[in-house]
Order: sequence, then C-alpha cells, then structure tokens
Amino acid sequence: MTYPAGFRYTKTHEWVAVEGKLGKVGLTNYAQTQLGDITFVELPQVGKELKQGQIFGVVESVKAASDSYTPAGGRVTAVNSRLESEPDLINRDPHGEGWIFELELRDPAELATLMDVTAYTRFAAEAEEGAKG
Amino acid sequence: MNAGPNLKKTPLYPCHLKYGGRIIDFAGWALPVQFTSIIQEHRAVRSAAGLFDVSDMGELEVTGDEALALLQYTVSADLARIGPGRVAYSPMCNHEGGVVDDILIYALSRGRFLAVVNAANIEKDFRWMEALARRYPRAQVRNRSDEIAQLALQGPRSLAILQPLTPVNLGGMGYYRSIEQVDVAGIRCSILSRTGYTGEDGFELYCEPGDAPSLWEALLEAGRAHGLAPAGLGCRDTLRLEAGMPLYGQELDDRRSPIEAGLDRFVALGKGPFVGREALVRQREQGRSLALVGLEMVERGVPRTGYPILRSGEEIGYVTSGTYAPALDRHIGMGYVPPEFAAPGTAIDVKIRDRLVAARIVRLPFYRREEEGK
Repeated sequence: MTYPAGFRYTKTHEWVAVEGKLGKVGLTNYAQTQLGDITFVELPQVGKELKQGQIFGVVESVKAASDSYTPAGGRVTAVNSRLESEPDLINRDPHGEGWIFELELRDPAELATLMDVTAYTRFAAEAEEGAKG
Repeated sequence: MNAGPNLKKTPLYPCHLKYGGRIIDFAGWALPVQFTSIIQEHRAVRSAAGLFDVSDMGELEVTGDEALALLQYTVSADLARIGPGRVAYSPMCNHEGGVVDDILIYALSRGRFLAVVNAANIEKDFRWMEALARRYPRAQVRNRSDEIAQLALQGPRSLAILQPLTPVNLGGMGYYRSIEQVDVAGIRCSILSRTGYTGEDGFELYCEPGDAPSLWEALLEAGRAHGLAPAGLGCRDTLRLEAGMPLYGQELDDRRSPIEAGLDRFVALGKGPFVGREALVRQREQGRSLALVGLEMVERGVPRTGYPILRSGEEIGYVTSGTYAPALDRHIGMGYVPPEFAAPGTAIDVKIRDRLVAARIVRLPFYRREEEGK
C-alpha cells in the first residue's frame, strides 16, 4: 500500500495534512482496509477543542465500531459532512475525498512526534503482516 | 485481528488463504470474516449465490432405540412426525426455560439423528445431552464434530449451480428436507439438505474433512458463471439479521426463553414432558416480561450489542444485535423490550455512547425473499 508523502501519521492509523496553521485529518488506507465497509462516521463538532491523541469520533464499519484519535491538538474548524450520506468515501479515497475534519493546530511542534511517510509505510506493512497471523 | 497460533482450523483453511480471506478468531476458530467486502458478499448471496465454510458447526449423533425419546425430552419442538429426510429447527432449553442452544435436527436412516449445534456450544451441548441421556439408557450421543466438514451454498442461484454436479434431482426437494449419501462433483456428501441461515434458498453439504477443499473448489468453479462468491462470517451475520433469525449468544442465551424470543412455533407445550416445559408453561400463562423485536434507526447511529433501549428517558431493554442492512440501506438491530413496547411503530431511543438516538420498533423479518412459484 502507498501513502501520500508530506502527510504525518499516527500509530493508530490516522493522517494529518498540514497547510499553514490548518491540518486536515483522515484515516489511512491501511485503517480503512482493516475496518472494511464503513457505514457510519461520528464527526466532531465544529469549534470543539481537541488535545493531541484525544478521541475525535467513531468510525463504524459493518463489522465494528472503532474510536479515532486526533494526530494533533487544536480547534475543529470544519468537518466533511459528505461522510454523513457517503461514509464509504473513506473506503474509496481515504487520503483525499474521505478526509474527516480540519483543525487549527495549537502547537505545530506536536507534528514532530508523528511518523513521516517512510516510517509509516514500514509501520503499516508490519501491522499488515501481524494481522495475517 | 491476529489469527493467533492456538485457533482451530477447519479443513478449508488453506482455501480461505488462497481466496484472500481475512482471518479472525470466531469462537476459537480461525475463519474468514470477509474475502472482498462484507457488503459485496452480502449482495452476492441476495442476488446470485455465496459459498460459506460452516465446518465450525458441531455435529452430535444420537442413535439407539431411545434416540427419538431422548431428543423429544431434550428439545422444545415436536419431533414425533419427523422421519428420515426431514430436518427440524428447535431451541434446546434448560430447566428454567432459558436456551442452552438452538439446533438443527436431521432425522437420518436407520433411526439415527444428527443434531447440528453452534460452534461455541459444542462441548456444552454434548455434556448437556449426555447428562440427559442417563434417563435413556438405550440412546447414545456421540460428538462427531471433528469428523464432519460442512459447506453452505446460499442464494437464488444455488439450485442452478448445484444441480449439474449431482445425479440427484434437487428441484423437487422441499425446504428443510435432506438426502443422505449424495455425490456432488464426484465427492461423496454424507448429507445434502435444503437449509441455511441467510433468508435465501440454498443448500448445506456435509462431507469428510479431507474432501472439503475439493468440494469447495468444484462448487466455486461451477458457480463462476452464475456469480457465486466465497462468503465470510461478516455477511453470514448481516444476512441472518436482515432475515430476522436469532443468533445464539446474542438474541438467545441461558436467560432468555424461546417464548421471549418469539420462537413459539418451535415450542410444543402439548407434546409431553421436555426440559424447561414447566417454566415455559408458566411464562405462557403469566405472560413474558420481555419480547424480541426488530428496530431501525431513525436518526444517524449504529445500534450494537448491549446498548440500552430507552422510552421517554427510561431504560426498558437492550440491543442484542445491530448492523448496517445492505438490502434496506439503513442501520437495523434486534433487541428485547417489554411486550407493551413491542408494537411496530413504537418510538424508542438507543443509547449510543451516552447519546440518545431515535429509533423505532419494526416488524421482523427486515427482509423476506420472493418465493419462486410456491
């Protein structure tokens, strides 16, 4: 699996794409394949303050509900409301149209604690091996 | 999602890997939850056909002069009129009227019976039936689960796929009928029955474990032109839920009775003594305190097992199963509420992570297939 360069990644398989003070957050391709068909996304409230690593919402697939964690702290400035009617956008385009929310970053230094594309690609490949058993 | 080294493997495990199955732990078995996508596999079964490995199911063979007497005492349905070639579904109750398991009983030739039980309950059921068999010295119970593999071919194209592979005429075979010793693609099946757990037409095939992979391949090959897809546990659950069929461990357990679960037509109170009868008679006379219902979400949210059900702010029951229903394109579930709230249309709330989400009671099943010329 390939992942966009320039994004930062968490060990819980979220990504953040930063532009200036704003960060767009979504689930990685690895996360969506593990979840399977996504049928519901609980979006955070616009204006909500989140701390790095806090649960921002829940993504539910046919199989199970899964908590999702924000890669960085800040105030939610926008949510992808298309996910309310088309939650499978995350399956179809996890790193693009399937973004979940945008936040105004509180502390850009937090990004340094996240993985870059090289580290995450290796991390996800190992997780995939483990999942195969 | 790690399959883990201690899981039991069915004889079809290599086939699951070959077809890209994502393996999970299901009641101690390494089985595929999906091959491509749960929704795709679900739709394949509704529109064409799906092939399932159900070898995890247990098979308890009951033989001897008192085999029927033992079974009549063990289960709540009346088996008096089932002869060879018939299959019956029945709850098997404990003395309090709770459900030990829900099982299929095959009446076979020469007075033998095969009880097909849920994977998670094999040991429990075997011990339970052995204990009851002490009252029936001329009945024997054997656990043959490891000697039998089972495949389920389900969906409207099942007959068209299976018929060319066997000399036996399947078209005239009714639902819940079985045939013994049938060759399918040159492979001997000890039993072939028109049964299933998906709400569709379909067949279940029992064979030697060593023959299961060849049978799997032969069926997939024959089904390719018909749109047959390998299908996993994920759609096994969504299909049965849409069809309103209870799953042991969710809708049924040691505390809930078949009357609460709405399985009255499998409870023959007048057939003579059976385990749990007194408790069930009392429940029928005094009324049940809970009733199994179908529910669908009105607001956005997914009902999941164990979530509380509320009415006017007061907790009245709980969700037993919930999922996305591909046939309806909405989130549905089943659950228990007091009978006074069980009428279709009743407004309820489901408590999802501290949030009350509006739902309503609906009639079961959620999905019913169109009967072909019956």
